Amino acid sequence: MVAEAAAAVGPGLTRYAWVVAVLPFVSAPLILFFGRRTPGRGWIYGVASVGAGFVLSLGILWHFVQGGGPTASSVSWFQVGPFTVELGQYVDGLTAVMFIVVTGVSLCVHVYSIGYMHGDARFTWFYVVLSLFTGAMLDVVVSDNLFQLLVGWEVMGVCSYLLIGHWWEEKVNSDAAIKAFITTRTGDVPFLFGIFALVFATGFTTSNIQQIGEMSAAGEMSSALMIGAALLLFGGTIGKSAQFPLYVWLPDAMAGPTPVSALIHAATMVAAGVYMVARLFEVFIHADPLVLTVVSVIGAITLLLAAFLALVQDDIKRVLAYSTISQLAYMVAALGLGEAGYAPAMFHLFTHAFFKALLFLGAGSVIHAVHSNYMSDMGGLRTSMRTTYVTYVIGSLALAGIFPLSGFFSKDELLVAAYHDKTYWLLIVLLLGAVITAFYTMRMLVLTFGGEYRGHEHPHESPRSMTGPLVALAAATVFVGWLGFGPTNAPFFDWVFIGHPEDVSFVAWIAIVSTIAAVGGLALGYVTYVKQPAREPLTRLGPVYTLLENKYYLDDFYLNGIVYPIRDRLSAGVNWFNRSILDGIVHLFALTTRGLAAVVNLFDRGVIDGVVNGAGEGAEEAGGFLRYVQSGNVQGYAAILLGLGIIGVIVVAIIYVK
Amino acid sequence: MSGWDKSAITIATFLPVAGAVVIAVMPKEKDRLIRWLGVLFTGAAMVVAIAIAIGFDYGGHSGLQFELDTSWISAIGARYHVGIDGISLPLYVLTFVLTFLCAIYTTRYVPEPGRTKAFLGLMLLLETGMAGTFIAFDLVLFFVFWELVLVPMYFLIGIWGSANREYASIKFFLYTVFGSVFMLLGFLGMYFRSDISNAPGLQHSFDIVQLQAFGGAGGFSHGFQLVVFAAVALGFAVKVPMWPFHTWLPDAHTEAPTIGSVLLAGIMLKMGTYGFIRIALPVLPYGAQKFAPWIGLLAAIAIVYAALACLAQKDLKRLIAFSSVGHMGFVMLGIATLTTIGIQAAIFGMVAHGVITGMLFFCVGSIYDRYHTREIADIGGGMMQNVPKLAGIFAFVSIASLGLPGLAGFWGEVMALLSSFNPASGQNVGLFRGFMVAGGIGTILTAGYFLWMLQRVNLGVLPERWKEHRFSDMLAVEWWAWMPLLVGILVLGLYPKIVFGTSSEAVTALLHAVGVGG
Amino acid sequence: MIRLPLVLVFSAVLFSAGVYGVLARRNAVLVLMSIELMLNAVTVNLVGFSSLWRNLTGQVFGLFIIAVAAAEVGIGLAIVILIFRNRETINVDEVNLLKW
Repeated sequence: MVAEAAAAVGPGLTRYAWVVAVLPFVSAPLILFFGRRTPGRGWIYGVASVGAGFVLSLGILWHFVQGGGPTASSVSWFQVGPFTVELGQYVDGLTAVMFIVVTGVSLCVHVYSIGYMHGDARFTWFYVVLSLFTGAMLDVVVSDNLFQLLVGWEVMGVCSYLLIGHWWEEKVNSDAAIKAFITTRTGDVPFLFGIFALVFATGFTTSNIQQIGEMSAAGEMSSALMIGAALLLFGGTIGKSAQFPLYVWLPDAMAGPTPVSALIHAATMVAAGVYMVARLFEVFIHADPLVLTVVSVIGAITLLLAAFLALVQDDIKRVLAYSTISQLAYMVAALGLGEAGYAPAMFHLFTHAFFKALLFLGAGSVIHAVHSNYMSDMGGLRTSMRTTYVTYVIGSLALAGIFPLSGFFSKDELLVAAYHDKTYWLLIVLLLGAVITAFYTMRMLVLTFGGEYRGHEHPHESPRSMTGPLVALAAATVFVGWLGFGPTNAPFFDWVFIGHPEDVSFVAWIAIVSTIAAVGGLALGYVTYVKQPAREPLTRLGPVYTLLENKYYLDDFYLNGIVYPIRDRLSAGVNWFNRSILDGIVHLFALTTRGLAAVVNLFDRGVIDGVVNGAGEGAEEAGGFLRYVQSGNVQGYAAILLGLGIIGVIVVAIIYVK
Repeated sequence: MSGWDKSAITIATFLPVAGAVVIAVMPKEKDRLIRWLGVLFTGAAMVVAIAIAIGFDYGGHSGLQFELDTSWISAIGARYHVGIDGISLPLYVLTFVLTFLCAIYTTRYVPEPGRTKAFLGLMLLLETGMAGTFIAFDLVLFFVFWELVLVPMYFLIGIWGSANREYASIKFFLYTVFGSVFMLLGFLGMYFRSDISNAPGLQHSFDIVQLQAFGGAGGFSHGFQLVVFAAVALGFAVKVPMWPFHTWLPDAHTEAPTIGSVLLAGIMLKMGTYGFIRIALPVLPYGAQKFAPWIGLLAAIAIVYAALACLAQKDLKRLIAFSSVGHMGFVMLGIATLTTIGIQAAIFGMVAHGVITGMLFFCVGSIYDRYHTREIADIGGGMMQNVPKLAGIFAFVSIASLGLPGLAGFWGEVMALLSSFNPASGQNVGLFRGFMVAGGIGTILTAGYFLWMLQRVNLGVLPERWKEHRFSDMLAVEWWAWMPLLVGILVLGLYPKIVFGTSSEAVTALLHAVGVGG
Repeated sequence: MIRLPLVLVFSAVLFSAGVYGVLARRNAVLVLMSIELMLNAVTVNLVGFSSLWRNLTGQVFGLFIIAVAAAEVGIGLAIVILIFRNRETINVDEVNLLKW
């Protein structure tokens, strides 16, 4: 059926999907080499390439709107032994949707940064990395094989390192950058091994994702290998999508410029982990129910842990960061439901990208105005920053899941999926999460925009280049939710599905319950914070509050339990071992040799040379003694001769007589 | 066979010696002329090498090319047998390119105490020794080239090194000679146990091709293979250097002049790994199979150990020297798997490490040239503010070294890990997967120490004490000497087929011949 | 015919007188003469045995010895004269320069 549809529509623009991914890789060197000489210091290239990519992405999506099917094409990249690595693209509805998310948000961020980063010393460099990053994410999305995906995956990691550490003059920022890189890499290593396992399972014939999917669906892979592979791959998601226990990097990553946070830590890179699971979903659902349970449980744990942490943050970006972790956990938990959760998870990914980017950019606009990240320096901004305020409220309500904003639809789908799957514990967790989400969202709104201004700067509305993207994203936040709503088939689920397009089922009581949860959370938050209490009301929670403030001591554990012992003590130990033991053995060897040489030297001088010299000296001494015989007295000689003669005669006589 | 085909390798290999002779007769005062003569001769040799690479038949031809086999020392049956195949070619070309870039760099930087003539002469001699090792197909010839390398490097470290140079140079020399004695004994063992009586006149052979055929067909007894493999492997292992024979390396690198470090890391270390692939493995396949788990174990230890040691280093150059130990660990891990993927990964890793670490040593040399210190704490950060371009290049190369995909360092390591997921049949799969996990942990630690180093050197605010110093950013000569390497890092990463494609046929044939292919 | 034992006794006495002279006398000329005595003792011996065995070889040696003795005395006396000229003495005890 799919093939027929594809034939009917024709591949259209999908054949050129790879161009979208290549464009930023073209603009990055252009900015690097010509950016400084270009008016505007180079943003024009970035905006142009991503803008072109966005337009092209719309064209690609149009193909799927018409009901087109997926296309795939690839070329050989290189061959190692029996194994061929390819460069290729696989474009289906999911790819197209992700293209829209990535290029759309990236375009907004590109435009927004013109204003936000104005006057920054490394403005041009910022755009280079931004382009590179967008390209890498698009590569992950479009890639048809695991190794190409891995390339984009890791390049994204480095770009995030560069962007988080953009203001590297402050050690805090570069610390955060390193933390992000190392933590995600800790997840990437299992991910790599997962790829190995899958490639091994195919007998080193391919790393093509679709083929691997088909093979796993057909049961051609050993189940142990698939379980291992799926769990290892999920390690990559835990790192990149900031799930428990590796989520700790994401809040720190807020050290980067705010547009970066919007791009990387809301819409794209963190979504890559979720996307990867979706791409390789055949492996996950055919491995073993255990794998999906692990996925769900990790998602559920992260969801609650992060949501609680969002409650106690003063830094507005950190609130958003924890909320991002929590929302990503929604998607992960839903993916753990199997086929039922697949499309809802992707839908939430889709909507979340827009409203979270909107929130981050809005927060950036606020920070830009008050020159502080802390909500204790804000307050009362609803009057001075009208556009930001309105858009921010829209984003916040979407996050809380209020009808008719996009967050409501996607969250509703998640709940329905859990309900249909009869995974009621997860349904409860999701609802609980919704309450907390609404609560901290309202807390953030009230502290930032409500009450009186507490800061020192004079807040002012941001320039057009910044408010423009806010409005665009707000519009998206309002409208994209309807893509998942329809009497029979919602458009989004026609584009993104696994198996067959699913019927959107609207369960009225769930929508009502979720709305109650959201409104309840909001109301509770409003009541708690509307009076702008000087002392944080949550401190009344006592030890719980302390626990939350210390982030469950997880960071401390990592630093003091793992990082510092390895970095300082273990490495010093190894260095000591190297210097003392290994080099000690070498030196001992050298010393022994030298000692042996000394002994040999003594022997040589004493014994061997002794013999030689002794011969000479002995002769000399004997001569010195014997010379006294030479008296010079002729008669003496004669007497000796006589004596010797007589002795000789006697001897001869004795011998012969006998 | 035209004359070119027979003589090209010899010309390229011995052109540097001719250059050394010419430089030796130049009057000492003509310093500039001498420097440009160095560039001229290394350049000419490089052109010949590149011509060889262009004339190389890449498709479906696994044997030797540009082969020349002629009598040399007939009394002991040693022959002048040189040739090139897909395994040699990348390393051979790399040798000439890297030395040429060193010569360019030398047009500006001659380390204390000067004496350009001797410096360049030794460098050219070194070039011949290194290049010769990769094309010699006779054990005696191989050994001569192998040992020829030691002497110039000894003097380069001993004369032009920094404070502790005498200790380092002697340690380097003795340690390597210690290893090569065992290697020589192993070679002699191979010679006397080889039986090629079907060839006229001789019964024993030093010829590597013949020995491969003989050993691959199971000519050597198992006990003999174990003993001789141990001896030969020890010689190669010291050169690689494999853990725990690596301790000469940090000292030699730390004390050596920049050029010395570049060539040492860039090429000399590869002689050891090349020896494993070229001699130890195909001639003694049974020994290789038996020793593979041990080699893999040492390699895995080296990866983690070196990364940890790097975290503790305070000297920039010493840190990079230790990182070499780790990277060569990945190469050895690939070899230990005895698979085509592993050995191709090893060859790729060698080339990538040559380009990247050579470049890192160039960077450190230039940093030292400006700061006159290599202590990380003394530099104290802020290099990005001080010399942004140099610092940027340093960061780029460091990130390449920690294995970013799309840059050269990635493919060798990933493919080595992939191969140890599935080692050759007969090897303990679980064990090798354990090594793979260790390697994976090593990559995390590697990222850790490189980024930490960059944070302490590049980032942050420039300390007060450096503010009054006006350092010049990248000089023209640095651009010229480095640009090919920087481009190479990118090209190798984006188009790894350059190396994988070249070595594929030869590696497949090699493993097929000894029956351990997989 | 003189009996051989008498000849031998005479020769022995003569030799002993010569030995005594060589060892005991201080005068170099006397030492020389004592040497002659010893030589002559040998000659007597040779002649004695020659006549006993009816063989001329002994007498030929005797003649050789006489000739040699003449030459020896010639040279010896010349040395003695030279020593006397140089040292004003011919006492052999005082001529002992050729020593350690």
